[in-house]
Amino acid sequence: MQFGIFTVGDVTTDPTTGRTPDDTERVRAMLTIAQHADEAGLDVFATGEHHNPPFVPSSPTTMLGYLAGTTKNIILSTATTLITTNDPVRLAEEYAMLQVISDGRMDLMMGRGNTGPVYPWFGQDIRQGIPLAIENYALLRRLWEEDVVDWQGKFRTPLQGFTSTPRPLDGVPPFVWHGSIRSPEIAEQAAFYGDGFLHNAIFWPLEHAAQMVNFYRQRYEHHGHGQADQAIVGLGGQVFMNKNSQDAVTQFRPYFDNAPVYGHGPAMEDFMRDTPLTVGSPQQVIDRYGKFREQVGHYQRQMFLMDHAGLPLKTVLEQIDILATEVVPVLRAEAESARPAHVPADPPSHASRVAAALAAGTVHEQVVAEDTFTGLRAEDTLSS
Amino acid sequence: MLGKGFTMSTRSIVVISAGLSQPSSTRLLADRLADATVTELAARGITANVEHVELRDTAHEVVNMTLSGFASGPLKDVLEKVAAADGVIAVTPIFSASYSGLFKSFVDILDKDALVGRPVLVGATGGTGRHSLALEYALRPLFAYLRADVAGTAVFAATDDWADGGGDDVNPLPQRIRRAGRELAEMVADREPSAPVGLYDAVPSFEQLLGGA
Repeated sequence: MQFGIFTVGDVTTDPTTGRTPDDTERVRAMLTIAQHADEAGLDVFATGEHHNPPFVPSSPTTMLGYLAGTTKNIILSTATTLITTNDPVRLAEEYAMLQVISDGRMDLMMGRGNTGPVYPWFGQDIRQGIPLAIENYALLRRLWEEDVVDWQGKFRTPLQGFTSTPRPLDGVPPFVWHGSIRSPEIAEQAAFYGDGFLHNAIFWPLEHAAQMVNFYRQRYEHHGHGQADQAIVGLGGQVFMNKNSQDAVTQFRPYFDNAPVYGHGPAMEDFMRDTPLTVGSPQQVIDRYGKFREQVGHYQRQMFLMDHAGLPLKTVLEQIDILATEVVPVLRAEAESARPAHVPADPPSHASRVAAALAAGTVHEQVVAEDTFTGLRAEDTLSS
Repeated sequence: MLGKGFTMSTRSIVVISAGLSQPSSTRLLADRLADATVTELAARGITANVEHVELRDTAHEVVNMTLSGFASGPLKDVLEKVAAADGVIAVTPIFSASYSGLFKSFVDILDKDALVGRPVLVGATGGTGRHSLALEYALRPLFAYLRADVAGTAVFAATDDWADGGGDDVNPLPQRIRRAGRELAEMVADREPSAPVGLYDAVPSFEQLLGGA
């Protein structure tokens, strides 16, 4: 089972000091956080994608490409990649490039985005969110799987004889997750393709996440990718820890009370009762998160939000250390001992996907460089 | 006359009351409207299950949901009851020429389709009868927007209406309540009992999703 952190990249005033980082400081803090998570031994770092202040991560593959060169083991991912407002052609190119640069140490998660004006800013209509996610992703997959694509759809200009480069590493596209909180259509989409489904339940009761995950699992089986309990599931989570649980509560409360999204709303204790937020000792986090699989089944990836609401960098790095040294080893061992043998421990890696593709005969060991797509002169095509 | 398919003789009525004091005249009016509806349904051979929702009891959860996006604590049950109701009675005090803020906040957190085609009886209370048209210019358009089926009679109860004889000599409150209850009962009796609609009941298959893209 994999454990990682995800960031939304919010620039938020630290309510305890009144200090606000600028965009540059925040971007660099995100890099430091990812590098620290790698050194601490966490499995995944994922960045959000946003196109409006106070969020800075507008360009995920630039950030993840840098991190690919400055980290060793951590899987680089997104939370989420906007499949609605990005051009799927650019996504195919950018993430194939990231895959090659990171030598396959990456995957990505599709999401629709929840900021209304981003749609019109990028020339789209929010009411078409689901159809955009369906059509764009279908094209993205074809661009990765097929060398030459002729395509026509509703939302982008048609393609004739288009080849997305670089071609996926070893001929195998990146593994894709789909994230959705409220839309069963997206769970259906993930199930149809046999992709992963991640429910970021940080603002929702886990019962809701469990319903959506179990729907995805049933549909995964229906579409013939395996048994329901073999579907690839991830969850979002949120914790703040101190070895003394009351200190954790005292330290985190001002950040909770003033946080974007839920600040000035429910009391922290109520929010902890109703959502996966756990503020307390590492053992309390272990107790709570160790039980999630009772509701959603054995799952492959648990992500934590750790660096939002104005928490200072130093605190975030300390939280990562506590998570990596005191919580993750216990949760991983518990999950592994409870896991049935036929259920995958981890999401597919690049290596496992290459092995599967070789076994299935969809790719071959040696790809002979036979360039039929470049070097043609335009007039060759015209005269043929 | 009950046609084929109308075999179930039980209907659920959810009574939403946005009064702030306890006891409140808003709740008093809501209870009277509910009683009148139950009586009229009984006359049509239908047993009504009545659920009372005092918004005051979940006021904090209502505000929290506007901030956090999900229903916490008892509010979750309340929303499920409203979604599954065969008929809704909604009663609010009139504040500053319109429904109360708490009442509107509750309406705001309902799913946008929660009341589509649903029989709704609206009522309001206020200090004097001069506020009575708020039912027509504020509540009725609100429920029209939600595409609810609003009973023709909306009942306003001013303080004087609680006097002997119902205040108004020509058309006293008890008579207005009876008429409104009869209208709601007729609308509820006329419909199939509502089945709760789950989030996963009507998810299109992926082939449909792709075809529609």
